[in-house]
Amino acid sequence: MTIESLPAGEAGTVGASVLDVEELTVTFTRRGEQPTRAVDGVSFSVGPGETVGLVGESGCGKSVTSLAVMGLLPSRGVQVGGSVRLDGRELLGAGDRALRRLRGADMAMVFQDPLSSLNPTVPIGTQVTEVLLEHRDMSRKEAGDEATRLLDRVGIPDPSRRLKEYPHQLSGGMRQRALIAMALACAPRLLIADEPTTALDVTIQAQILELLRELVVDSGTALVMITHDLGVVAGLCDRVHVMYSGRIIESADRHELFAQPRHPYTGGLLASVPRLDAARGAPLHPIRGSARDAIPWAEGCAFAPRCDNAQDDCLTEVAGSTVPLEYDGPGRELRCRHPLQHPRSPAGATASGAAR
Amino acid sequence: MTAMGDLKRRRIDELAARAGQVPEGEGGLSLTRSAFRRLRRNPVAITGAVIVVVFLLVAAFAPLLAPKDPLTQYLLSEIRPGSIPGSREGFPLGVDNLGRDLLSRLIVGSRQSLLIGVVSTLLGAAVGMALGVLAGAFGGWVDSVVMRFVDILLSLPSLLMAISISVLLGQNQWALMIAIAVTQVPVFARLLRGSMLAQRGSDYALAARALGIRRSRIVFGHVLPNSLSPVIVQATLSLATAIIEAAALSFLGLGDPDLARPEWGAMLSNAQAFLSIRPELAIYPALCIIVVALGFTLLGESLREALDPKFRR
Amino acid sequence: MLRFIVRRLLQLIPILLGLSVLLFAWLRALPGGPAQAALGERATPEAIARYNELFGLDQPLYVQYLRFLGRAVQLDFGNSSRTGRPVIEEFLERMPGTIELTVFAMVFAIGLGIPLGYLAARRHGSWLDSASVIGSLLGVAIPVFFLAYLLRLLFAVELGWLPGSGRQEVRIDATRITNFYVLDGLLTREWDAAWDAFLHLVLPGIALGTIPLAIIVRITRASVLDVVNEDYVRTANAKGLATSTVRRRHILRNALLPVSTTIGLQTGLLLSGAVLTETVFAFGGVGSAIFDSIFARDFAVLQGFILMLAVVYVLVNLLVDISYGLLDPRVRVR
Repeated sequence: MTIESLPAGEAGTVGASVLDVEELTVTFTRRGEQPTRAVDGVSFSVGPGETVGLVGESGCGKSVTSLAVMGLLPSRGVQVGGSVRLDGRELLGAGDRALRRLRGADMAMVFQDPLSSLNPTVPIGTQVTEVLLEHRDMSRKEAGDEATRLLDRVGIPDPSRRLKEYPHQLSGGMRQRALIAMALACAPRLLIADEPTTALDVTIQAQILELLRELVVDSGTALVMITHDLGVVAGLCDRVHVMYSGRIIESADRHELFAQPRHPYTGGLLASVPRLDAARGAPLHPIRGSARDAIPWAEGCAFAPRCDNAQDDCLTEVAGSTVPLEYDGPGRELRCRHPLQHPRSPAGATASGAAR
Repeated sequence: MTAMGDLKRRRIDELAARAGQVPEGEGGLSLTRSAFRRLRRNPVAITGAVIVVVFLLVAAFAPLLAPKDPLTQYLLSEIRPGSIPGSREGFPLGVDNLGRDLLSRLIVGSRQSLLIGVVSTLLGAAVGMALGVLAGAFGGWVDSVVMRFVDILLSLPSLLMAISISVLLGQNQWALMIAIAVTQVPVFARLLRGSMLAQRGSDYALAARALGIRRSRIVFGHVLPNSLSPVIVQATLSLATAIIEAAALSFLGLGDPDLARPEWGAMLSNAQAFLSIRPELAIYPALCIIVVALGFTLLGESLREALDPKFRR
Repeated sequence: MLRFIVRRLLQLIPILLGLSVLLFAWLRALPGGPAQAALGERATPEAIARYNELFGLDQPLYVQYLRFLGRAVQLDFGNSSRTGRPVIEEFLERMPGTIELTVFAMVFAIGLGIPLGYLAARRHGSWLDSASVIGSLLGVAIPVFFLAYLLRLLFAVELGWLPGSGRQEVRIDATRITNFYVLDGLLTREWDAAWDAFLHLVLPGIALGTIPLAIIVRITRASVLDVVNEDYVRTANAKGLATSTVRRRHILRNALLPVSTTIGLQTGLLLSGAVLTETVFAFGGVGSAIFDSIFARDFAVLQGFILMLAVVYVLVNLLVDISYGLLDPRVRVR
């Protein structure tokens, strides 16, 4: 509670991050099947007011990571290991009631499909006020007023009327705004947005992203943005972690990542985005194959089967060890033995020199 | 057929196949084949199938299996008010109140019970499907008229409907079958019509129309076959209800009065009078009805799971 | 919402008209026709001819139908050939008993079925789950009248715990106001009469409620299993709502939608089952009257009772439709 009252900037300077994820592993075990490790030793942290992107194709473990942080994975058939700390407080292994007290109040989440994520049989108003009534000491009347303010804040016109309406009566963009209003109702320290714009029209996407950015900057909320869309990353994120097959393969600040992608996968992602400034008729360069072609990390780099730079030592068998995530210049980390080379910038040169 | 026509046909077949939403890893398997594969792995389906097959075999070979004549009265000298002989040498389940061997009557009775179930379900399904196809294929006012009629039938609780028809047609086995069949008609009609409408609006039917395929060909070549799976499921489940309903009508005195044909429902209702003296007389036919109904229900439910794309994961 | 209700009411009219045509035709198609139905099987040809003339049965069919319809609207279905009393009088006297019985059965089925189905779904794969699945399959496969006999034999005849026939002990001299025996007892403060009437409901009510119970357990279980995997339940959990709020507002509220439709359809099953159960328990309701009139060939009673039961069934389904509209806002708009 005390931390919450601190201005965003100050909390950031002490180095106290809002969310610390360390060596998070999530294993799914189904009867009669091999256990599958969906998240495999993921570590990252998010400071107050900071926006961090988790990027990757579907199935890379980014959504599972977010659900693990929120404690929303089903208890049966799932093992979660490592550590997740919110404001220094360990969440893994915390009781259900303790987690419920945190969820919605200190950490909140916005989901991908706003229609299916809203209860079709309950008015929007109730779905907003129930968070307030659960976590804040408010009367129904106060909660109703606060809900009107919240809807207004997320840009829903005529909020008092909208509160009485049901999800199917709202447009897609309005629904997502309503979901954001619910997530922000108790001014959480951490907001996780899981592909919040994927189900929306392109024009609405931009509005929603802009809204998220404003809200985060205003309140100093730590934002984790989960997306497969590099456009979203470019517009919003301070730091980016690229995930592949359950592991982080490259971490960098936004600008550096876009300017100098080091991992061939990141490079591939960037190259497969159509660019307006590219020459007319210049071909796109999609990544070969699909995420299902990955090999287990224990056998080598999971991306190797699809990688143009892959060589024999990408495999554990040859190199004697699996590819580690290593220091790759200030603020950068990389899990690759044959990264993309760029015209040497001074910082990059010394950094990679020091790492070897 | 010109080459062009063949191409069109193949194209629609492709589209129709895709409408079945074949999940990944099962590509290339037709809907029926993959449904069958899932059924074989499902213990519930196996249980249901085994029950049904065993009873069908018993019914088929009843005269060979029955140890005694089901109509001859034995042990008459031992039957007194308040006492009916139980199990003994030669009569493993004892005899009924008229001294007839219970086991033989159960075995031979399976014929009539299953026959009533199968015939009435087939009849109900045939008429219901005809109505459903009429409504689903033509739409418009035909659909409205047929569906209003079906709604009226649906607004009568089924047993009351069966009672009215039985009273009208008199007491014989055909009246019984027709009475039960009529209660099944509206269900089948609605089901087939609904599923045909859904298929008609689907993308592959639209694509076929865009390719200029004749309507009758689309309806009978693609829409109808693709709409059948809920009907098959319902027919299996209806077999169970038909057998139970036949027992209920027997109980109400509307069953088949022909004593030469033992039937479980009639045996069960007849035995109620002796329930406190020899409950077995009621319990065995009841068990037969329950087990057969359960067999058809298990089979039907697992068929539903296997055929429904929602479950195909 | 009002428009929704009015539209549903208007949709009833063709169905009720169709029903009346069917039952009109039914009586005409019976061997002997309506005259015999009214006068009984031993009627002389002269009596039948006199009756036909008197009731305009020599007129064209559509005139006859319109007359029938006109009388039916005034609830005049002729007289019972067995007792000579107006059919409607017998119906009104007996219907309260059947309503009491079906309400008991439904309360039993819903009150037990929804919690059981919910628990089975939440403990998916546990012994409770398996037991309720097996139980619900068995429940549907048992012939109602056999179950009724078993319950009666066991709890009334052998153990003597509960009454096994009738609606009230003969020795209790209860005052009748509404013919709802339990209600009458409460209204007149004759507590022992009310309690006794209630005890008379227990066995037939349980027998009658077993099939609906089995179906409700199954539908609730399947529906809850569907709903708990919905995104909005995840959202509700992500909001940190108390488990009870998630269960009540987000899971049950949506999971019960399909259950409520089933409950409407169960009424047909209950009315069918009532004929069988009431017969076994000699429970003086509409159902046992139907059984009696089948044997007595009392066609006027059969026609009137079946028509009125169908109307009751249609009305109950209308009520369920309306309540569905209240529960699910998406239906209301359409």
